[in-house]
Amino acid sequence: MVNYDEILSIPPYSMDKDQKHTFLTGVLKELSAHHYENCEGYRRIIDGLSYDIAATESYYDLPCLPVRLFKEYELRSIAEDSVVKTMTSSGTTGQQVSKIFLDREASANQTKTLTKIVSSYLGSTRLPMIILDTSAIVKNRAMFSARGAGILGFQMFGRDKIYALNENMELDVEGLTAFLEKHKGEDIFLFGFTFMIWQHFYEELKKSGYRPDLSRGILIHGGGWKKLVDKKVSPAEFKAALRDVCGIQRVYDYYGMVEQTGTIYMECECGHLHASIFSDVITRRASDFSVCEKGEKGLIEVVSVLPKSYPGHALLTEDEGIVLGEDDCPCGRKGKYFSILGRIKNAEVRGCSDTYATKFK
Amino acid sequence: MLPNSNEIQYLCRGTADFELLPSLPKLTPFSQQACDFLAELSSEIMKNPESRQYPDVITFGFFCRKGNVSRLKEAYQGKIENRLGRGVSFHIAPSNVPINFAYSMVAAFLAGNACIVRASAKPFRQIDLVCECMNRVFAQDRFKSLHDYITVVRYPRSKEINDYFSSLSDVRVIWGGDATISEIRQSPLPPRSIEIAFADRYSIAVFDAKAMCAAENMTQIARDFYNDTYLYDQNACSSPRLIYWLGSEEEAQQASERFWTAIHESLQGKYTVEPVIAVDKYTAACRCAIDLGAEIKPWRDNLISRIRVSHLRADVIDYRCAGGSFFEYAATDLNALRDIITRKYQTISYFGEIKDKIAEFILSNGLSGVDRIVPIGKTADFTLVWDGYDLISQMSRIIDF
Repeated sequence: MVNYDEILSIPPYSMDKDQKHTFLTGVLKELSAHHYENCEGYRRIIDGLSYDIAATESYYDLPCLPVRLFKEYELRSIAEDSVVKTMTSSGTTGQQVSKIFLDREASANQTKTLTKIVSSYLGSTRLPMIILDTSAIVKNRAMFSARGAGILGFQMFGRDKIYALNENMELDVEGLTAFLEKHKGEDIFLFGFTFMIWQHFYEELKKSGYRPDLSRGILIHGGGWKKLVDKKVSPAEFKAALRDVCGIQRVYDYYGMVEQTGTIYMECECGHLHASIFSDVITRRASDFSVCEKGEKGLIEVVSVLPKSYPGHALLTEDEGIVLGEDDCPCGRKGKYFSILGRIKNAEVRGCSDTYATKFK
Repeated sequence: MLPNSNEIQYLCRGTADFELLPSLPKLTPFSQQACDFLAELSSEIMKNPESRQYPDVITFGFFCRKGNVSRLKEAYQGKIENRLGRGVSFHIAPSNVPINFAYSMVAAFLAGNACIVRASAKPFRQIDLVCECMNRVFAQDRFKSLHDYITVVRYPRSKEINDYFSSLSDVRVIWGGDATISEIRQSPLPPRSIEIAFADRYSIAVFDAKAMCAAENMTQIARDFYNDTYLYDQNACSSPRLIYWLGSEEEAQQASERFWTAIHESLQGKYTVEPVIAVDKYTAACRCAIDLGAEIKPWRDNLISRIRVSHLRADVIDYRCAGGSFFEYAATDLNALRDIITRKYQTISYFGEIKDKIAEFILSNGLSGVDRIVPIGKTADFTLVWDGYDLISQMSRIIDF
């Protein structure tokens, strides 16, 4: 069976195309067989497709499950009583949310994988951390979803944490000033969700005239661009705007989803999202789900070695993107690099900060 | 008084004062004036070069031509002589089918009524085109006096306006499905008025497997099926969702391969699958695999999604998906239809010499659904009997003597 200790000892951006292909095909094939044995829903889909897992020669050929199925079905490959954590996607009332079931091992592996990926950007020492969100987010159980989980997940890279927003979503100027005074001359780690940062951090700073010095800050943000696309804010404008109000230079987006927590895709210094060896993206044509050429827009399939407690190791998302290249990003990381163009038209609204954003429409 | 009158856009304005409509003389069904008007409208549409860009406009123009209307009239001989239109008809047309408003109006007009038609709020060119033709006909001296009978409007959602037009109505005709029906029903009708509501319905096709294997003109069959389905993204209530193969397993297998190969060929370059539709169809197929134990038939691409079920569960239709997603089932008799057909089922389209067999099956089993049995290719053809209603009889009253 899949040996995660061994897998997680491999540096995240170390394999070239062929090595990675052999590696992922082995792991994902094994996971498919595991889910076939242990998850009836998955088995029925594989049988419905008359797919022979044992004959798999490439992970590109494995059937992928539409992410929406996790909203409609409780798909898991472990006994109900081994579930230690159920993660849900963000969703407003009435909207269905994804339910992802984790056992102890799966939960631990998510944390370890996230650490491996993120520390290749932040280094392994913990930095003083500012969470660009409200302290209410992890206190309020009703709000505890992908946003809360994201914050908890990234908290382990920080120390001496503060929330930039109080429970009324107002900027905590006093707290921030004291924090920055205390950590003068140190690198600072900032984390938040893209839309929340824009709406409640950037806009507030702009309005208030308060200009904290975050020139030594490293911001990691995720959750999707949908609401900022609506506001006609591009990633480049996002970065420039933040630099204007607080001097921050190092801003990294990431792409990820609750259905594959842990294996996120970090933006590198060249502005490209990167697949680590623990996961991959495949862009597919809507016309026949065949694989797109480099540079061609397509539906995003994501595969990840982590999902063992639920059959989420190969998923068809509702996002579109472009694979820009493989193994040759100027940043030096191996693996595919790509960009995300956003949600397909008319699909359900998903994502972390996006559901909150509907109130601002 | 007409409320929010500045929200109303008039595409064809008959009467200047809606309050006068109830006192207009009622026409007899298939009155000479109405038939003459439609004949003139038909030629106006057919001679307009722009019409040619819209097959649905041409089909409507063809429907209104003199020969067709006389044929329709003939079929009513002996049934309409002692009738008059009920009075004022108010039509709420569906938002997605541009030309539907015109058929609804023609049926009511032929039954002898004045018409207030709310056309789709979406700016379909077809709607304006037909209205422009009507306006030109009404401008002719001999049709001026008829103009009071026809008004076509567009307005945004407004209960006040619905209330007003409903209060004048003897007949209210609602298209557009369950949600629209319950919304419009918030507006009361006068006590003696009637309503014809076209609710959300689903349709199926029954194909004789042997006949399909032996069919000579597969290109025509494919064209017909396209018109039944892909032409409206398989979203019309008359579009088949399920293909019921009548025959043995082997016959059905052979027939379906032959059939889908022809369909696939005909779709080339004619139909594109949007990403969201591709994902929807695949998701629907996965749902069917999980819940119905369905077989997802492999196909070359995402144009056609085939979902093969070995038994028909009562709720199979709840798993439907538009844009080219089909359940398939095979049996040597029609008995399995008993398990699924409810009042939500509208049309059965067929291929092969099986029309009488299907009709006999529906009648003898006393099924609560299926109002139309039509050949493949004819599901979207408008007829004066629609959804189980004879529109001429429903929208006119009998003077018994």
